[in-house]
Amino acid sequence: MLAELGQTAALLALLTALLQAVLPLAGAQAAADPARARFATAAMAVARPAAYAQLVLVLFAYVVLTIAFVQQDFSLRYVSDNSNSLLPLVYRYTAVWGAHEGSLLLWALMLSVWNAAVALWSKPLPEVVVARVLGVIGLVAIGFLSFMLFTSNPFERLLLVPVEGHDLNPLLQDPGMIIHPPMLYVGYIGFVVPFAFAIAALLDGNVDARWLRWTRPWTNVAWGFLTIGIALGSWWAYYELGWGGWWFWDPVENASFMPWLAGAALIHSQAATEKRGSFAGWTLLLAIATFSLSLLGAFLVRSGVLTSVHSFAADPSRGLFILAFLAAVVGGALLLYVLRAPRLPEGRAFAATSRETLLLVNNLLLAAACAMVLLGTLYPLLADALDLGKVSVGPPYFGTLFVLLMAPLVLLVPFGPLTRWQQEQASRPLAMLLPWLGLALLLGVVAWFMAPQGKLKAAAGVAAATWVLLGTLRFVWTRLRAQGRAFTPEMLGMTLAHVGIAVFLAGALLVEALNVQREVAMRPGDMVEIGRHTFRFDGVERVQGPNYVADRGLVQAFRDDRPLELLHPEKRAYASGGQVMTDAGIHAGVFADVFAALGESLGNEAWAVRLQVKPFVRWIWAGAFLMALGGFVTATDRRFRRVTQDRA
Amino acid sequence: MTTPAPSPAPAPRRGKATAAVIAVVFVALVGLLFYGVLVSDRADREALPSPLIGKPAPEFSLPVLHEAGRLVSSRELHGQPYLLNVWGSWCPGCRIEHPVIARFAETKRLRVIGYNWKDEHADALRWLEQFGNPYWLVLVDYDGRKAIDWGIYGAPETFLVDADGIVRWKHVGPVDDAVIANELGPVLDAIGVPR
Repeated sequence: MLAELGQTAALLALLTALLQAVLPLAGAQAAADPARARFATAAMAVARPAAYAQLVLVLFAYVVLTIAFVQQDFSLRYVSDNSNSLLPLVYRYTAVWGAHEGSLLLWALMLSVWNAAVALWSKPLPEVVVARVLGVIGLVAIGFLSFMLFTSNPFERLLLVPVEGHDLNPLLQDPGMIIHPPMLYVGYIGFVVPFAFAIAALLDGNVDARWLRWTRPWTNVAWGFLTIGIALGSWWAYYELGWGGWWFWDPVENASFMPWLAGAALIHSQAATEKRGSFAGWTLLLAIATFSLSLLGAFLVRSGVLTSVHSFAADPSRGLFILAFLAAVVGGALLLYVLRAPRLPEGRAFAATSRETLLLVNNLLLAAACAMVLLGTLYPLLADALDLGKVSVGPPYFGTLFVLLMAPLVLLVPFGPLTRWQQEQASRPLAMLLPWLGLALLLGVVAWFMAPQGKLKAAAGVAAATWVLLGTLRFVWTRLRAQGRAFTPEMLGMTLAHVGIAVFLAGALLVEALNVQREVAMRPGDMVEIGRHTFRFDGVERVQGPNYVADRGLVQAFRDDRPLELLHPEKRAYASGGQVMTDAGIHAGVFADVFAALGESLGNEAWAVRLQVKPFVRWIWAGAFLMALGGFVTATDRRFRRVTQDRA
Repeated sequence: MTTPAPSPAPAPRRGKATAAVIAVVFVALVGLLFYGVLVSDRADREALPSPLIGKPAPEFSLPVLHEAGRLVSSRELHGQPYLLNVWGSWCPGCRIEHPVIARFAETKRLRVIGYNWKDEHADALRWLEQFGNPYWLVLVDYDGRKAIDWGIYGAPETFLVDADGIVRWKHVGPVDDAVIANELGPVLDAIGVPR
């Protein structure tokens, strides 16, 4: 009975979305005509209440599905497919988004949260703009809700009620998985706000700096969440897949990375457009592209077009539906762009050496990287369609091109904040930064001689990280010394994010350079030494988990002969389906992770064990979190909320 | 499009060029994705007729993954049918089909031979250690030179070679239980491999 209520709520949410889309958009079109002013006012007034109602309805549907999981209502197909009675309680809550149908409901929920937030915090904007922005979000909500209800209904009943369900995919029974998908979805779907704003601006034919200022924090917050989501996914892959890698250029990782790159470009171009009016058309196009890439990501994961560890079961009807939705949203937006963008006002002119130019270069490099990832991800499909044979595109392609494209960006990062808008003497920022560039290169050379292995990567990592860090701090120093000029949250956010890049660069390049890995056969009592670390194998014990049995290895790790931690790498066999999962035993450290994974039993008490020492690997995620934090801090700048008055 | 009106400013022309680029990219992408959706459910999605079917398997002499220095030639394998499963530790599809191959190998209907393609020695060993080794024997073709004779252009691929060394069946892409039951099973019955 409850499930039917959930279903009804979802249907009502769809109708509300329909209202929210049609009436406010029609009202906003009619607003220019004085004869229809009454209709316009009434129709636009629907937008906010509809947004709130939608949140209540979708939240209700979501709670109903959660209750079905907690109470183990196996009469629902989705529940019986993705949980069983042995599943621990906490994973019953997270199983709600463990597979396709429920994760769509989570998308819809996140969308309605953003929707309601826009309704709540858009008071300073003109009514017409609010009506258009909410109307566009309503259109997107129609797409998601009808996709869920018509092709992937989580509330579908089974005619024969099974006594026991299957199980949640063991890969997903993990604390990291509890927050990874929601963060990712919040980020993905959050780009709907700049997208809706772009459409509203195109319909209006005017990019008002004041409205753009209002959109910027939304982009920053969405991008921050996406960053956290991607970082959590990478962290999860690191310890759960048992490989010790942190990025694989898997199609689904790429699907989340493309909107991230486009979003990073958008954050920068929005700043330029808001402050200088420069490249307004490009900013709108980028906003459209960022959200389109989010939708493309959803499409790639859910359509079965590309195969990946992450992909949900293939179903062509779903694929066609979401492709039609994607084509309608993106095609409509682009058509509008093509018709209206040439009429946008040109921004103020700027010289070749100016902050505008640097931001343009930043955007070109990020956009090129994004296009490169898109091409690599779709190339196997393209080759198939053109009958060029089966191809798989792997890390050699992505890694090489990505480094080539990002290297100039890393070089330019510290220049951005120190360069003046419009016109700059190239010698001024150069003079400020050259000493630090020299110092960074010097440290790189030192690293070259000190690194026991991977000299080139170690040197590049140290030099690049020091350069970005010191160059960014140089800006902070200049700014703090300047009397009477505030250090705004916007600047603090930028600084945090750029320092995050430095931390990330250090982590990524140093772990690639200095990582040591040994595969060994070990019997109880055996010791293996890796640099300063020693590992002693103490055998394997059998452990009974709630819904699995595990072989748990006992590996005592030492650093400089002092005991560090007893590691517990596990191989788990889950009760249902017999899937075997590895769970690495990791001692996390600021300067190095010590990592043990259990392989096969070799008989006679001997086991294959993989031992790794991974220096600075934490810095990768720490850097990502700093970047995300930068996005959030920027969004708190009160300047963005002063929309009605002009800039003080 | 009608006859182009004389345009006073360069702006509209720039607009048209942008529009053309956007339209081409958009149409190409949607077309490609539409094609992807259409082929995504085809059971034989990856199947391309192999010219090898019904012909003798290519002659080879390849090293063995687990025994350094030992070479195994195609001749040594004749006399009994075998299933040749092409894989690499870098290949996500191989990880997906791995449990299926393992279950099939446990039925012991015929020898399942791994063909480790374009891989690194340590990665390959680690992969098998991690996910289990269902193979009777793992052949190694690190530079992929021999794979050309087999017409391998992706992993996973799976070949059935009968007792006389004739290629009887080929599957491109991950093997699943349905493929084994509906495609491989009948061929095995036809060439008289006992259940």
